[in-house]
Amino acid sequence: MMLLALVLIPTAGGAAAFAVRPAAWRRGLLVGTALMHALVTALAWAQRPAPVFGGWLALDAPGLLFLSITSALFLGAAIYAVGYLRRESHGAQQDFEEGLIFRNEPEAVFIGCLLLFLATMTLVMVSQHLGVLWIAVEATTLASAPLIYFHRHHQSLEATWKYLLVCSVGIALALLGNFFLGVAAAGAGADGAPVPLMLADLLRGAPALHTPWLKAAFILLLVGYGTKMGLAPMHTWLPDAHSESPSVVSALLSGAVLNCAFVGILRAFQVCHAAGQAAFAADLLVTLGLFSMGIAAVFIVSQTDYKRLLAYSSVEHMGILALGVGIGGAGAFGSAWHAVNHSLTKAMLFLVAGNILTVYRTKSILAVRGVLRAVPATGLLWLAGFLAITGTPPFGLFFSKLSILKAALDQQRTGIAALYLGLLAVIYIGLATAFLRAAQGEPPAEAAPERLEHRWLAHAPPAVFGLIVLCLGLHLPGGLRRLLEETAALLGGGL
Amino acid sequence: MNSLSILPPVLALGLSPLLIGVIQRTKAVFAGRKGPSLFQPYFDLWKLWRKGAVYSRTTTWVFRAGPVMGLAAVGTATLLVPIGSVAAPLAFAGDLVLFAYLLGLMRFVTVLAALDTGSAFEGMGASREVWVSALAEPALLLALGVVAQGTNALSLSGMFAGLADQGLKMGPALALVLVALLIVVLAENARIPVDDPATHLELTMIHEVMVLDHSGPDLGFVLYGAAVKLWVLGLLIVNTLLPLGTGSATWSLAMALGGMLGLAVVIGAIESVMARLRLVVIPQLLVGAGALAAVALMLGMR
Amino acid sequence: MKMDFLLVLVILTNLRLLAAGRLGASIRVVALQGVLVGLVPVLAPEHGPGWRACVLAAGSVALKGWVIPWLLFRALREAEISREVEPYVGHVTSLLAGLAALGVAFWLNDRLPVLEGTSATLLAPTALFMILSGLLLLVSRRLAVSQVLGFIVLENGVFTFGAGVMPETSLLVEAGVLLDVFAAVFVMGIALFHISREFNHLDAGRLSELKDV
Repeated sequence: MMLLALVLIPTAGGAAAFAVRPAAWRRGLLVGTALMHALVTALAWAQRPAPVFGGWLALDAPGLLFLSITSALFLGAAIYAVGYLRRESHGAQQDFEEGLIFRNEPEAVFIGCLLLFLATMTLVMVSQHLGVLWIAVEATTLASAPLIYFHRHHQSLEATWKYLLVCSVGIALALLGNFFLGVAAAGAGADGAPVPLMLADLLRGAPALHTPWLKAAFILLLVGYGTKMGLAPMHTWLPDAHSESPSVVSALLSGAVLNCAFVGILRAFQVCHAAGQAAFAADLLVTLGLFSMGIAAVFIVSQTDYKRLLAYSSVEHMGILALGVGIGGAGAFGSAWHAVNHSLTKAMLFLVAGNILTVYRTKSILAVRGVLRAVPATGLLWLAGFLAITGTPPFGLFFSKLSILKAALDQQRTGIAALYLGLLAVIYIGLATAFLRAAQGEPPAEAAPERLEHRWLAHAPPAVFGLIVLCLGLHLPGGLRRLLEETAALLGGGL
Repeated sequence: MNSLSILPPVLALGLSPLLIGVIQRTKAVFAGRKGPSLFQPYFDLWKLWRKGAVYSRTTTWVFRAGPVMGLAAVGTATLLVPIGSVAAPLAFAGDLVLFAYLLGLMRFVTVLAALDTGSAFEGMGASREVWVSALAEPALLLALGVVAQGTNALSLSGMFAGLADQGLKMGPALALVLVALLIVVLAENARIPVDDPATHLELTMIHEVMVLDHSGPDLGFVLYGAAVKLWVLGLLIVNTLLPLGTGSATWSLAMALGGMLGLAVVIGAIESVMARLRLVVIPQLLVGAGALAAVALMLGMR
Repeated sequence: MKMDFLLVLVILTNLRLLAAGRLGASIRVVALQGVLVGLVPVLAPEHGPGWRACVLAAGSVALKGWVIPWLLFRALREAEISREVEPYVGHVTSLLAGLAALGVAFWLNDRLPVLEGTSATLLAPTALFMILSGLLLLVSRRLAVSQVLGFIVLENGVFTFGAGVMPETSLLVEAGVLLDVFAAVFVMGIALFHISREFNHLDAGRLSELKDV
């Protein structure tokens, strides 16, 4: 019942948003639905809901973990979005930095798609059937494409087109991976009956799965869902989509959708682990993880667009997630914890970046100076976000990255550990240059802090996210720790 | 080789002008005319062989030798192609390559004769003809290769005799081979949609312009050689289409002859219904034919 | 045997797409391919199709053979663009690349272990070939509509594999997949409309303003 509510509440809200006329009511609907969704998720913490539809929808530890992240993120983003939409609704046509005149998407479409987006992401988290998981991931792509195209000009259109095509092709490959998995499971059930693509059945019948097909399936699922997740070299849609979409959408894309794709890879990894192919899968994950970090490092160092900078930082952190799961042991725990930390921090940074964009009207990091002077609250959050995302203690990201490092050293994989640290250092330098230069100095004349209206709505959500990350670093609550350990155990690791 | 083996070359040499007659009659019927007699090509040949020839002062012995050598080449090729289950007089492993290259030899001497005139027009025709044939040759060899691979035989007689047993098993592949061979036949014999044999606009000619300068008996040899070439290539299609495993030799011969006449009607119909393709599209058509044959080969090889 | 003929026809439609020169013809060939592929669930099961397979086949044929081409033709009409395909590589090269892809598909099929319980051994190579040629079309075509066609061919390949190899997949999942593909093409159609309005062309090759260097 609770699971159905989790999926149906945002769906109904999204459908209603297309029909509701007054703008204020629509925004209220957005926040209200987000609040209800968060409440039901909190209830699920108290008591894990029962599976429905014969186990097709159920909430296990990874599902609950990522669902909570998504829900919390969406609530904060919804509150921020209210202020954002109020600022953006001043006129149907606006001048942009290139002097183009463009319109915005109708707000009804935006809010409706946002809520449908939440519904599809929830479906990803609660589905236990790999086929339904696939359908949900593809649905998130379709629901989020209109969101990227909020500012209707040619650059965002180009970004939307790339997003649509690259992600759809990737997810089509993931579907082929699902079918390969089906073939691997064809004779693996009791008395040679085919095993359905339900996670529980696959895990139970895993030792009998046909190994070559299973390996091919994992490769395809990794490549397919990895496209959606942002692992290099399939990440090409990420920088464009993040730089062109509104900050709210970027926050959700980075914080929630990448996690959805990660859940898909995790399910595949669970099956491989149960079938004894964990070493093969882990090696692939480690390779892709390090490669993603490398690509991110190269593109962060000379980046001039601060939203693309944050996008490449997302690529880096997705690489860290993959690396952690690949290393296993304490690394799996670290990955799960890192997912929580990264989502909150990246959402915070994107929302703050949205504030900066409103004030400075430019996306170039070279033209942004003196944020601390222009809008002190934003500047403070900007610096805090920088410290958090690079893994400075006492923010939580430090400890999650440390867990992964520790796991690598425990397994005597010093090469990987050295590469990991080296890339992190390069990325730190790149980010530091950009962030610190933006924060300090005197704001240029074009900066207009008065453009940032509704300051409370613009600052409260990122501040809360940052505070949560700080608290998680200082003390990991017992409930969360248990959930993380459960997740890590399912992935074959654990502290 | 049995006693009936004398029949394929004799029929080829004797009946090939009839093929041209059938094509011309079909085109006339499509156009609503009464059309020439079916035996008109024979009359034309007879007329030409009794005429005198005019030779340009710029030509040498190559020009005179071209038509004769071409006819000799394609006449030799008729010794290689079986009709149905009646084996050809000459059959050995790899004779399909000899077949393809005899046709190539005929083309070669015709081109040489054309170049020998020293005229720009013939040179243009020669280069176009060679270009079309270069594109069609892979298709021809691949198509024959499919049949060879399917029947595990390397001589034309062996291939088509073996097709009687293997035919149905190779179903899809044979269909593709048929289409490819049809396109090759149309290309090699200068038929629409590759070339228009009835055009009088020199800039649109490919084959016609090469033989512009021949006259009298030489022209007769050229026309006769073209007819025999059409017969021989068409016979490949008919052999593929009618796996003639019927025991009786006369029955298979009759069916093959009927098939040849049917093929002539089909060619006439194609010529009447379609227009000639633009020159830039011809490579695509021929590579397409080669692709079909390649697909058939891949289907057969797995 | 019937399945073999069907699959050879599907292979031919792929080659035709790779060599096609006009958008209208390409869309029609994709529609034909969709209809042929939709018949695979009916022919695949060894003991005859159940009602589920027939329903799935009917829905697939309707969507891919009629609705999706209608969407694409509408997008073309709204865009009023030239109907040439404008590929990056020439037609002959594309065709030869397609033949190479067919060879690769057969080779991959030999590398993968034997599929038991399939009624035709041509199924996996055809599906792999469709996936490869879909990717080829996506990469080598300039117009955005052609990229959508490449995506549809890719999905057709995956669908063929699934429907042919796993006929007992749940109807719900297959229907969901079908609807997802349809929705994807629908959204892409809307995007195409916007692209044509925004750029006055459908040349995806010119969609290259966003870059890093």
